[in-house]
Amino acid sequence: MTQYEGITRRGMLGLVGAAAATVPLDSGAAGAQAASGEVTVRMTVNGSATSLTVDPRVTLLDALRERLQLTGTKKGCDRGQCGACTVHVDGRRVVSCLTLLATLDGASVTTIEGLADGDRLHPLQQAFIEHDGFQCGFCTPGQIMSAAAVIAEGGARTDAEIREQMSGNICRCSAYPGILAAIRQARTEMR
Amino acid sequence: MREYRFERPGTVTEAVRRSGSDTAYLAGGTTLVDLMKLEVMTPGRVLDINRLPLRGLDATGGGLRIGALERMTDVAADPRVRLGYPMLSQALELSASGQLRNMASIGGNLLQRTRCGYFRDVSMPCNKRQPGSGCPAIRGENRMHAVLGTSDSCVATHPSDLAVALAALDARVQLQGRDGVRTVNLCDFYLLPADTPHLEHDLRPGELVTGVIVPRLDWAQRSIYLKIRDRQSYEFALSSAAVAIRREGDTIVEARVAVGGMGTRPWRLPAVERALAGRPATSNTYAAAATATVDGTRPLRHNAFKPELMQRTLIRALLELEQTR
Ligand SMILES: Cc1cc2nc3c(=O)[nH]c(=O)nc-3n(C[C@H](O)[C@H](O)[C@H](O)COP(=O)(O)OP(=O)(O)OC[C@H]3O[C@@H](n4cnc5c(N)ncnc54)[C@H](O)[C@@H]3O)c2cc1C
Ligand code: SF4
Ligand code: FES
Ligand code: FES
Repeated sequence: MTQYEGITRRGMLGLVGAAAATVPLDSGAAGAQAASGEVTVRMTVNGSATSLTVDPRVTLLDALRERLQLTGTKKGCDRGQCGACTVHVDGRRVVSCLTLLATLDGASVTTIEGLADGDRLHPLQQAFIEHDGFQCGFCTPGQIMSAAAVIAEGGARTDAEIREQMSGNICRCSAYPGILAAIRQARTEMR
Repeated sequence: MREYRFERPGTVTEAVRRSGSDTAYLAGGTTLVDLMKLEVMTPGRVLDINRLPLRGLDATGGGLRIGALERMTDVAADPRVRLGYPMLSQALELSASGQLRNMASIGGNLLQRTRCGYFRDVSMPCNKRQPGSGCPAIRGENRMHAVLGTSDSCVATHPSDLAVALAALDARVQLQGRDGVRTVNLCDFYLLPADTPHLEHDLRPGELVTGVIVPRLDWAQRSIYLKIRDRQSYEFALSSAAVAIRREGDTIVEARVAVGGMGTRPWRLPAVERALAGRPATSNTYAAAATATVDGTRPLRHNAFKPELMQRTLIRALLELEQTR
């Protein structure tokens, strides 16, 4: 309901590029904002410098999918409950559906599209294929981004630890045994 | 989501000056953004406080001071917390998910809102969200609701795990407002619902939580946070217990006990602490002390199991604590 309201009132919650003049948030001690209410955010996404001007309600998830066409990051619950939207902000895994883009000025974001090394799959991507770590694949980008952070932090030492650390990523197809096996394999390859 | 202005105050003083009845501070956003999407919270202005200098964890002779903007992940992993106050680390690590703990701040955690389904659904009445509209939970779905501190107006549980451990540790909350700074005991910071469930904290308009003080307690090295849930991980507490014990030989000299999932606010149990002190550390002592938990409980239709679950949670926490070290 709100979504439709947003579309008529502000053009898809401000996802459509703003014509109005805007100023960056940090200009002036007070953190100024254009009369239009839109905010400009400069950040790095998968290594490329990016600048976006958006309605302050826009989440990182919607900005990635609707403005930057990075649709690998999935919208599951949109309420912080499923983990499908997991990305890395400044090297830490977060849920992008509860992250407001407006807070990310100066941040560095990595999504599933930024994980492979050119045509060479990331060890986790390869391991998910080899171990059937998915069925429908909807939760997979979130699973892989989450697992990449868990392994990097050294939090995947035992099966119990992997299960606990990965509990924020729900898989409706219940591909958990394959996911666990894939993480176990990638853990050794990423060392 | 309703429209709002987004602002980023540069200093604490400015944040406090700019804040008013129509504003919300934004820290990790894991409660605020969720509730703004649901239109349960509809601030006209959002003040992003993430760049304010409210970080840092200091261990002084007097205990710990944790900045309000420290993230749950970092506080849980800090060796001074892990070794000195294990129940704090455990309460944090058993909360939410790895992603959410990376985002969520300590101040925001203490101010998170109840998970009562009626509160989160704007098509339903709810005294907490809309004073005077009624409380459908009292006769409706109330399995997760409270049995301690409830009123005829509201029976919602306080969801924070961290706050339960902090209650056991006599923690204090540091606040800064337009009239200056003050410090309040965490237990007094949370208000009972009575007939004003929309008033949840001793927080004056615009006041900012700047930090949390954990007074020094050397014997908190022997402490535990036990959390009982409907699933193994990533779920709010059905029941939880934060327990610290000081023993001399086989005798319990002092104890700290608080429970979660039970009360409308984090619930300290002084009667249980007294029942443990001076007794031998045996399962008989634990069982006898646990009976003191049920005083004053008011079970509802779907949560009549909670008083007994609270006793069992407590006994198990005490037994598990015996195994440590
Ligand atoms: C799916 C899910 C599962 C969860 N599971 C658990 C769980 O098992 N256990 C648990 O304890 N918690 C759980 N949580 C809740 C989570 O811990 C809180 O949402 C989080 O701690 C809030 O912190 P934040 O920094 O994100 O707060 P925000 O969302 O930024 O703010 C929360 C509230 O506090 C206000 N605020 C924030 N900082 C300050 C400040 N310094 N001064 C004054 N006001 C302030 C905001 O205006 C807002 O009203 C869960 C959350 C989700 C979404
Ligand atoms: S229990 Fe409290 S929060 Fe839940 S519906 Fe009743 S008044 Fe609202
Ligand atoms: S879409 Fe973000 S957690 Fe579900
Ligand atoms: S593979 Fe279908 S949801 Fe996980």
